[in-house]
Amino acid sequence: MRDVAVIGVGCTEFGEHWSTSFRDLFVNAGALALEDAGISGEKIDALYVGNMSAGRFVEQEHIGALIADYAGLATKNVPSTRVEAACASGGLAFRQAVIAVASGMEDVVVAAGVEKMTDVGTGASVDMLASAADREWEGFAGATFPGLYAMIANDYMNRYPLTREQLAQVAVKNHENGAKNPIAQFRNRISVDTVLSSSLVADPLRLFDCSPITDGAAAVVVVPLERAHEFTDSPVRVLASAQASDTISLHDRRDISTLDATVAAGKRAFDLAGLSHKDIDLVEVHDCFTIAEICAIEDLGFCKKGEAGKLTAEGVTALGGKIPVNTSGGLKACGHPVGATGIKQICEVVTQLRGDAGARQVDAEIGMTHNVGGTGATVVVHILGV
Amino acid sequence: MSVSRFWRKIPQRYNLVGTQCTNCGRHFFPPRSLCPDCRRSGHIVDHQFNGEGTVVTYTVIRSASDQFEHTTPYVLAIVELDEGPRLTAQVACLPEEAKIGMRVHSVFRRVAADGESGTIHYGTKFVPSE
Repeated sequence: MRDVAVIGVGCTEFGEHWSTSFRDLFVNAGALALEDAGISGEKIDALYVGNMSAGRFVEQEHIGALIADYAGLATKNVPSTRVEAACASGGLAFRQAVIAVASGMEDVVVAAGVEKMTDVGTGASVDMLASAADREWEGFAGATFPGLYAMIANDYMNRYPLTREQLAQVAVKNHENGAKNPIAQFRNRISVDTVLSSSLVADPLRLFDCSPITDGAAAVVVVPLERAHEFTDSPVRVLASAQASDTISLHDRRDISTLDATVAAGKRAFDLAGLSHKDIDLVEVHDCFTIAEICAIEDLGFCKKGEAGKLTAEGVTALGGKIPVNTSGGLKACGHPVGATGIKQICEVVTQLRGDAGARQVDAEIGMTHNVGGTGATVVVHILGV
Repeated sequence: MSVSRFWRKIPQRYNLVGTQCTNCGRHFFPPRSLCPDCRRSGHIVDHQFNGEGTVVTYTVIRSASDQFEHTTPYVLAIVELDEGPRLTAQVACLPEEAKIGMRVHSVFRRVAADGESGTIHYGTKFVPSE
């Protein structure tokens, strides 16, 4: 297997893009990534595009071909593949690109993620997102996505010492980080009061515990490490790529508040890289809801089960803390265009490792990303380093 | 949801019929046609659950998809049936009555409808036993 490096990243602004179409979102991110990598389209051997549900959000399938076409690569006959794993689609697209390069099958590969979510109403998007869980046996009963994570939160708070205020601190911290990120959907600071006085969505989760509906796209360029110097002086190495599965339904899990797929993917990633949680300088975790960040910090091994709330309240996971979590603002403040999130996480870690993160810069040589599909049925973890 | 997709689940949704692997004895609901433990060496038969169970965790849905919007707020729970398997279902009780650990039993109820003239979906909900 060949070592793999990231040589370019690009991300659109995340938010409500009323005047930009699905295809234009991708093209904008792709162009930024190619410019960053200093390469032209002719050099691209393959494309992998993470996308959860263009078929329902914008009524367009055959995304691989559409993206290749509007990226100007169709006439070059560049192979393009759509990758789908709900909210982990982006992370999985990156993993497919890494596998393609590592195996020696391809040399210069673009991994991208894109979602255009605001072209439908809220009720419709709630229904689409619920399809990341078991439609026939969870969605049928009236389960929404916030509802499923709310059941995780209630189970967790029933068994571990997590206060409602500590949970709110996750959102406060991520908005603080988002305020320093020029591509973030929300760049406003909030207080614990803001979270606790926002409307209930699914008890105990309130509006400010939830990641928003977002449009956005992100793209990265990967090449064999041995060729990285042809394109850049600051390649970022992919030290580990790991993926794990669990039951599609939350009710079938061994433990409602532990995402076993996160535990497994995290352990595999650490084993592959020959590293432990102590070596990680920053981590982008999948905080689709505040409780999800709490579970992720614990399930990846950064602290014991039941301690993440206290750690968050003490500032351990803030910028400048011992283990900065979600320096981008996370899904909560940066926004969560479902198929693009996993690639945005890679963009953030690469930007941090290169020292280009501006006001949210942390001192880092090794970073981790954690991307979850559904309530934990698919988890993709990557470790990157300089 | 399409009529065919709803219709073929009627035995399970209307009667709480799941399956059991006679090789290892494990019960399944929702029904499985392959035992995840024994896999191909398992033998799956139908099993009628008695409908008694315990709330493992729950939430009160305040913001729902279009199909359930008119029924908010409603209590959604993960219920562990006495035979072992867990399922996601609504508990027909007031939000403040819902508790982790409460005993419930299954009832046959209207769950949702496809608009004003579409299929009405019936299925299993739970009610407090005490």
